[in-house]
Amino acid sequence: MGPLQSREFSPSRLAARLGILAVCLAASGAQAWAQAKNACLDCHATLDPPLQITAESFAQDIHTQKGLTCGSCHGGDPATDDMERAMGRAAGFRGKIERAQIPALCSHCHSDAAYMRQFNPTLRTDQYSQYLTSVHGKRLATGDSKVAVCTDCHSVHGIRPASDSLSSVHPLNVAKTCGRCHADPEHMKGYGIPIDQFASYSSSVHHEALVERGDLSAPTCTTCHGNHGAAPPGVASVENVCSTCHAFQAQLFDGSPHKVAFTAMGLPGCVTCHSNHAILHPTDAMVGTSAGAVCVRCHSQGDTGFHVAAQMHDQLNQLQSAIASSDEVLDTAESSGMEISQSQMEQAEARDALTHARVTLHGFQLAPMEKDIQAGKVVAAKTLSAGQKALAERDYRRKGLALSLVTILVVLIGLRLYLSQLEKSVGSTKTS
Amino acid sequence: MRLFSAVRDWLDERFGWAELIAPLRKKTVPHHSRSYWYYLGGMTLFLFFVQVVSGILLLLYYRPSSDQAFESVQYIMTQVRFGWLIRSIHSWGANLMVFMAFSHMFSVVFLKAYRKPRELTWLSGMLLLFVVLGFGFSGYLLPWNTRAFFATQVGTDIPGQIPIVGKWIETFLRGGENVTGATLGRFFGFHVAVLPGLVTLLLALHLLLIQRFGISVPPELERQWNAQPALRREIHFFPNFLLRELMAWYVALGVLGGLAAFAPWELGTKADPFAPAPAGIRPEWFFMFMFQSLKVIPAKILFISGELVGILGFGIAALVWTLLPFFDRDGRGRAQRWITGAGVFAVAYILVMTVYGYMAK
Amino acid sequence: MHKEMSEQSSGRVSRRGLVEFLLGGGLLASFISFVYPVWRYLIPPATPELNSNTTVAGRVGELKRNSGKIFRFGNRPGLLVLTANGEYRAMTAVCTHLNCTVQYRSDLQLIWCACHNGLYDLNGRNVSGPPPRPLDAFEVHVRGDEIVVSRRNGA
Repeated sequence: MGPLQSREFSPSRLAARLGILAVCLAASGAQAWAQAKNACLDCHATLDPPLQITAESFAQDIHTQKGLTCGSCHGGDPATDDMERAMGRAAGFRGKIERAQIPALCSHCHSDAAYMRQFNPTLRTDQYSQYLTSVHGKRLATGDSKVAVCTDCHSVHGIRPASDSLSSVHPLNVAKTCGRCHADPEHMKGYGIPIDQFASYSSSVHHEALVERGDLSAPTCTTCHGNHGAAPPGVASVENVCSTCHAFQAQLFDGSPHKVAFTAMGLPGCVTCHSNHAILHPTDAMVGTSAGAVCVRCHSQGDTGFHVAAQMHDQLNQLQSAIASSDEVLDTAESSGMEISQSQMEQAEARDALTHARVTLHGFQLAPMEKDIQAGKVVAAKTLSAGQKALAERDYRRKGLALSLVTILVVLIGLRLYLSQLEKSVGSTKTS
Repeated sequence: MRLFSAVRDWLDERFGWAELIAPLRKKTVPHHSRSYWYYLGGMTLFLFFVQVVSGILLLLYYRPSSDQAFESVQYIMTQVRFGWLIRSIHSWGANLMVFMAFSHMFSVVFLKAYRKPRELTWLSGMLLLFVVLGFGFSGYLLPWNTRAFFATQVGTDIPGQIPIVGKWIETFLRGGENVTGATLGRFFGFHVAVLPGLVTLLLALHLLLIQRFGISVPPELERQWNAQPALRREIHFFPNFLLRELMAWYVALGVLGGLAAFAPWELGTKADPFAPAPAGIRPEWFFMFMFQSLKVIPAKILFISGELVGILGFGIAALVWTLLPFFDRDGRGRAQRWITGAGVFAVAYILVMTVYGYMAK
Repeated sequence: MHKEMSEQSSGRVSRRGLVEFLLGGGLLASFISFVYPVWRYLIPPATPELNSNTTVAGRVGELKRNSGKIFRFGNRPGLLVLTANGEYRAMTAVCTHLNCTVQYRSDLQLIWCACHNGLYDLNGRNVSGPPPRPLDAFEVHVRGDEIVVSRRNGA
């Protein structure tokens, strides 16, 4: 039969179709049946917090999705509706897990490499051993249960993987999670450490990069402090932490006179000038001898450092203003309709040189920085002269215009005279 | 001079050149206290020729596609020798021409030159005015910058409000639902082919009719001259009036050059159809009075939308204005005074609403 | 009387000559001042196209293997690299970190940004250092002895 011809009713075909339908229904029913009966959830979903576990959060939990149940951690029997039997000692029910017990409980699975391989071979299995080296882990061992345990950061019944943007440990959310305790004055009472880290970090350029520019490689708390082995880097090692990204500056600093001086004084590299959490956009004003500069915190009038700082500030300003004045001329030329795109491209080189100089100054020696500044000045001078040439061309155009206006004026005068001559002699008016 | 006469004689032997231009040699132009207004028509024509020449020159480098139009204008402004001059002359010339066209039309109204037998001249002139506005509107979009893009969006939106045919007109103008590269291509076609063709026909008709009927004189003066023929004063078109017109045209060229050098037409930023409209978009100045009127009309008048009332109002006004000669048959009496009054009102209205439009946010 | 008239007429003639000279000269001069720009306008400029979508980045034989050069693409710099395998690669030379101009490092066979030590591979992917995004890659075609670089179409 051709495809366009209508087909006759066929009972065998109908039966086949109904059969397929039946199998599908049965399969989904079986699946629903196969999903382990969870009496715990059925009951606890109806309760109020803190005993409430909602079905949605439970369904989002990565453990649930991998097939684990309430009983995996809490013991007990989730299959039975009988409360006595479900939460009975016989079924191994442990009830609410004590805080001090939580890390050990989680590591029961998470430190077992062979076990974790079944679920995610790339997941690390050293979280617990790291945790034991952390400030949190060490304090927990001394009996302080106010410190963070696994569930404080990862949450407990709706745990999402760190790559999930809704997870409390996703890079975008880490600072907020840490801040829940570390920015809470009540919680942090008695520990003797500051509580302004979250506020400071939120004002920082790293926060801006992470949250506003969406650059997930930007550092958050755990990047510098570690996540499971969380501890502040010591004074001697802060520079190492920063240098993982800011390699150039660290290299230059190591070769600078400040390295020796800071080590001797027990001052941390990088943080001394840039602060640890409130790392703001560095400005040229930071370098120099004015009141707001970082140099004058140690250096004073008369010492070498003061002198160098003043010169460095001077140099930066010089290049900055050279670029600015060249930009001004180029802008004027452009708005007059002149073509200066080549110069604008070259100006980028001058700006590059300024950026470079701002890195080179971390060697705290004048000569290398001056080289960069000089290179920049050369480019700025070139673009300035190109801009001035463009303005000269504009003036040439205006002169050309003036010339043509003169010829027009001559024609006008000539016409006027010619007409008056014509009308005087010939008598151009005509009466009808 | 010897060369001129030799060429003239050569042409005359073959085409009867002297006989052909004889009527032109006899052509005269009335000379009276208000005859300075007569220059406006020729000035509009001259500026049109400037536009044609500069437009053809621009055509050699301009590219009418949405991803190249802006860059090609930038190229003309910056890379082509004297491109800045040609482009600014074209942009400024367009504005000057629209201004001259309006002034010419109003001078005809106030000098009552539309009366019998010149009704068709007036009609062809009004059609020419509409075509000139079409040139201005279509040409404005061609550099494809932000200002032009949104002005076109607003400008094509307005006829879309007309009931029944509005949507169709809007889609026809835009080449689609929105202003896109298709609109640019369409406007380019209008600007360099359709409208020039139309203008050629209308202009030929207009000039022919002017030749046929001669230059009109205001009614009172005409009556006076008919009563006392000795008072009539006229000057030869060739060479006297023409040389005077040439002076005016040279001044216009100087003005255009000065504007190009000291107030070059801006390039703007390339249009981005997906960016939101910037605050304060508005059409070109010669549409400003209509735009501002539509803005001040309340949202609803009785049961009709205010904007629709405005559009229909302007449409009716344009129609009545085009049919003006048929309201004033003989140039005397009440009808004439009404028309003078209407003319004064129109000029005042346009001036006030244009200024208002620019001063208002 | 005859002498007066001829004097008068010769005066008028020389005045008439002056006017004609003024008019003729002025017309010619103004005509030249109109035609000269138009003439220059008609002559095609040096760069035939202001095309920010395609450009000639270099000639075959200009680059040695395992080296790169900066070329101008529209208003920004681009980087053309001839790899050690003899393949041409082109990408924007504007670093995605803070807009410094990158360069090709033949010792690393990678693209390097001198400002903050950023590194990109030959596909433009940011592999090390601060750059947050890869460099936009361009298409390269060899047309005769010209190396033509054009922006990627679509995504």
